[in-house]
Amino acid sequence: MNKYYTKIDNLAGNVATLKAKGVGYDELAVVEGKWGKSLAQVIRVNGDSATIQIFAGTRGVSTGDKVTFLGSSMRFSFSEDLFGRVFSGSGEARDGRGELTDNLVEVGGPAVNPAIRLMPNRMIPTNIPMIDVFNTLVEGQKLPIFSIPGEPYNELLARIALQAEADVIILGGMGLKYDEYLFFKNKLEQGGAMDHSIMFIHTASDPVVECLQTPDIALTVAEQFALEGKKVLCLLTDMTNFANALKEISITMEQIPSNRGYPGDLYSQLASRYEKAVVFEDGGSITLIAVTTMPGDDVTHPVPDNTGYITEGQFYLKGGVIDPFGSLSRLKQQVNGKTRDDHRAIMDGCIQLYSKCRETREKRAMGFEMSEWDNKLLSYGDDFEKKIMSFSNNVGLFDALDSCWKLLSDHFEPRETGIRSNLCEKYWKKEQA
Amino acid sequence: MSLTGRIVTVYGNMVTAEVNGSVAQNAVAYCHRSDGVKLMSEIIRIRGNLIDMQVFELTRGLMVGDLVEVTDDLLSVELGPGLIGMVYDGLQNPLVEMAQKVGNFLEPGHYLKALDRNKQWDFTPVAKVGDVLTCAEVLGFVKENIFDHNIMVPFTLRGEWTVKDIAPAGKYTVEQTIATLEKDDETISVNMIQKWPVRMPLGIYKERLLPTTPMVTKQRIIDTFFPVMLGGTYCIPGPFGAGKTVLQSNTSRYADVDLVIIAACGERAGEVVETLREFPHLQDPRTGRTLIERTIIICNTSSMPVAARESSVYTAVTLGEYYRQVGLNVLLLADSTSRWAQALREMSGRLEEIPGEEAFPAYLESSIARFYERGGIVELKNGKKASLTIGGTVSPAGGNFEEPVTQGTIKVVGAFLGLSYARSYARRFPAIDPLESWSKYNGIIDTEKVDWAHDFLKRGKTVNEMMQVVGEEGTSIEDFIVYLKSEFLDNVYLQQNSFDEVDAACPVERQKYLFNMVTDVLAYNFAFVSKADARDTFFTLTEQFRNWNYTPWGSEKLAEIENKVKETLAAKGAAK
Ligand SMILES: Nc1ncnc2c1ncn2[C@@H]1O[C@H](COP(=O)(O)OP(=O)(O)OP(=O)(O)O)[C@@H](O)[C@H]1O
Ligand SMILES: [Mg+2]
Repeated sequence: MNKYYTKIDNLAGNVATLKAKGVGYDELAVVEGKWGKSLAQVIRVNGDSATIQIFAGTRGVSTGDKVTFLGSSMRFSFSEDLFGRVFSGSGEARDGRGELTDNLVEVGGPAVNPAIRLMPNRMIPTNIPMIDVFNTLVEGQKLPIFSIPGEPYNELLARIALQAEADVIILGGMGLKYDEYLFFKNKLEQGGAMDHSIMFIHTASDPVVECLQTPDIALTVAEQFALEGKKVLCLLTDMTNFANALKEISITMEQIPSNRGYPGDLYSQLASRYEKAVVFEDGGSITLIAVTTMPGDDVTHPVPDNTGYITEGQFYLKGGVIDPFGSLSRLKQQVNGKTRDDHRAIMDGCIQLYSKCRETREKRAMGFEMSEWDNKLLSYGDDFEKKIMSFSNNVGLFDALDSCWKLLSDHFEPRETGIRSNLCEKYWKKEQA
Repeated sequence: MSLTGRIVTVYGNMVTAEVNGSVAQNAVAYCHRSDGVKLMSEIIRIRGNLIDMQVFELTRGLMVGDLVEVTDDLLSVELGPGLIGMVYDGLQNPLVEMAQKVGNFLEPGHYLKALDRNKQWDFTPVAKVGDVLTCAEVLGFVKENIFDHNIMVPFTLRGEWTVKDIAPAGKYTVEQTIATLEKDDETISVNMIQKWPVRMPLGIYKERLLPTTPMVTKQRIIDTFFPVMLGGTYCIPGPFGAGKTVLQSNTSRYADVDLVIIAACGERAGEVVETLREFPHLQDPRTGRTLIERTIIICNTSSMPVAARESSVYTAVTLGEYYRQVGLNVLLLADSTSRWAQALREMSGRLEEIPGEEAFPAYLESSIARFYERGGIVELKNGKKASLTIGGTVSPAGGNFEEPVTQGTIKVVGAFLGLSYARSYARRFPAIDPLESWSKYNGIIDTEKVDWAHDFLKRGKTVNEMMQVVGEEGTSIEDFIVYLKSEFLDNVYLQQNSFDEVDAACPVERQKYLFNMVTDVLAYNFAFVSKADARDTFFTLTEQFRNWNYTPWGSEKLAEIENKVKETLAAKGAAK
């Protein structure tokens, strides 16, 4: 028998206070009233009163509503039955199929012991040259896509998901527009990936507290699969909405904000989610790719800023392409030494030349005279953008490396590239007769 | 005798309990969850019969009315042989052993002894029966890796104690008695374990000295331009991705010290894993042993409980002080002190203290100062010099140094190695900004010469800024040469490729040699026919010096390259 109460003392924001005994911190409750039923979570116990956060918000909640405490913190059913299913941010079925109640696992449990983690060391191919060649994605990595609103970040996410050869794909959507949700659903279905995908979707019209639960449930499920030895790819979009939900709730809780209204624990909150990315000894792993939209294209905004301090690099999406300068995969060194002997040299060489091309463009814009070398750089740069940077290129790593050599051969002499001569001898594309 | 009380409030990781009896600030308490699990906590505020505790674990499941057990012990660490090579969490639980016992996850409520109770140590007595000793004086020593690990008179003993009994040479575990001491009619037995409260500085010595010996990091830009000294303090602030962790990791590998303590404080678990998995296989060139044999890792990464993160830097610094007491030169690297400050801020918020700037507590600055003050070089009671050097990274919000943690740190450290976004963006690593950084210490090269070389960087920057406006055409060849010289100094001396086996670490002798070669170029009187000629020549010189940097010390190739450099210079020299 669960304890229940029928008198709420205070209601404000998403938070209710009531007299209750024997209630544990973090315990789950159900609030039932005229307008329906919602889950709630204990966020403070003090003397004989408990403060609960109501997932669906307090709109229409009456002081006489029934509050039942469930005797445990949040749990979620875990099994292979999850495949192909769609849930809400708080884990309720969203696809009209039944709720799952078997094999409940604790949501948001303790952290993995660092001592049992393995070093990530396997490349994840994406067939996107800007990733595979220049900022290789690594299994077990946590990496955000920094993006101005309006960039094709969800397309990029979906493309990586379908290409990545993961055993399990888990999508956590936060504050998604309904058509974005449909976009993902269609993509996964068309790509034939739905049978190993699970979606947790909080849409912009859903209660804000549920936005906070979304990554936790998604990552809890991801962790369970990883413990079973599965390679899990977890996609979270958009983490800025998650951070904004944190902000909204901490302000209603009258916490003192630290920076532009965000709570002082924003870093820890984001980190405890991102740090779920892991490689276990028996082969299971979680790779975490998230979207962080940057208000006003400002990297120093608290959300991208704190994220950058947590993740292992970032893909910077700008003007419809992955910007080679702002982007960085910090784990690429773990893998790009053992793909092909020219990988690192091409990675450095092509980008250095492209960066020189950008400088030259600036000089040109300021009206300085262009030398022959400048003109070489300019035509190389244009070609590089078209043939390598553009998302329309969908090729494997080796083909992409070959394309890079072709590009260099078209525009330069070997010694102008700064690439070691033995590699040039091996890969330089001699003029076709 | 421990005291008990009952929980009245649970709010995040802060728990308030009601107790009757006397309790000490910073004493350890345990919150008993109804399923029997005991959660370790520390008293951080006392109001009448209410105590506020920070709980070092997830507080999930705690209820009003749950039992709280208050101990007499302050939050402490265990000190003794066997700490080196270990990986501890912020409360000094050994993580490898924890995984064996508890599994993959850091389940709340499990605490393990820091020191191995079964291992036997070869003890050699030094003190003799009848000797009169005071705290921290040496009773004997055991061999820990290559070190003589002194076993000392307990740090907490006051006054003069007479050795009544001392164990003969032989094998002992840390818990076995190795000496009996007496004073008046009090007798105590001493084993190899000491306990010390982490928030109290541990320093028992004749005299604290001024740092005068450079701590060689083998990073040229540090050792030559912004040196750090044994017993000194320094900070590395920088935006994300600027290279703080890589710089610290290089320092932990190559620094000329006896022992390195790495405090991974609120940062990525993956970075600790890298150290953990690599150090047992990497050789320490100074000793030929593996790096892990001179390293202790204190690891409270960002997803581990935040209260333990706060205490982890104190755990780390106390271990550092202990090994200084043993007689070693210790280097403590904390990454990142901003995460520690944020932990302070979170707790301060829960305590509803009046916030200061950016919601940090008013005592932030004094806490930072107290932390760095625990470093220093000392003359121990036995006349030996030993030191604790502290280097901390700072992660300022938005990369802007005008924020409380950076500002509070700048005031107290001896060297400021500021990393710049622009330099890391341009892949000029280590991205220490040579015009923003400073050091109050003297390094391995004569200050005057260093200042002279440094001046080129300033002048080169001015010329470069001017060139952005008037173009290369509008710049005089003299100015242009200054600019090229400053770029040359930057490229071949300040920058260092940490992925190249040779260049990654540049020993003192080699640094001095290279510095002379570089200053010869800086001082050289060139005669160029055109700017293109000048650019081309410096391009060649830069290539030659880079090759030199990648060539092993002692190789014949070095002289070959030096001859080529001479030829390049001779071809472009101005007539005398
Ligand atoms: N000395 C170096 N040589 C080559 N690359 C470097 C060097 N230092 C840093 N980098 C590059 O920069 C990346 C980020 O470095 P690092 O992890 O040290 O940054 P950080 O300042 O610690 O960032 P954060 O604050 O996010 O932890 C590295 O993954 C590497 O690619
Ligand atoms: Mg770092």
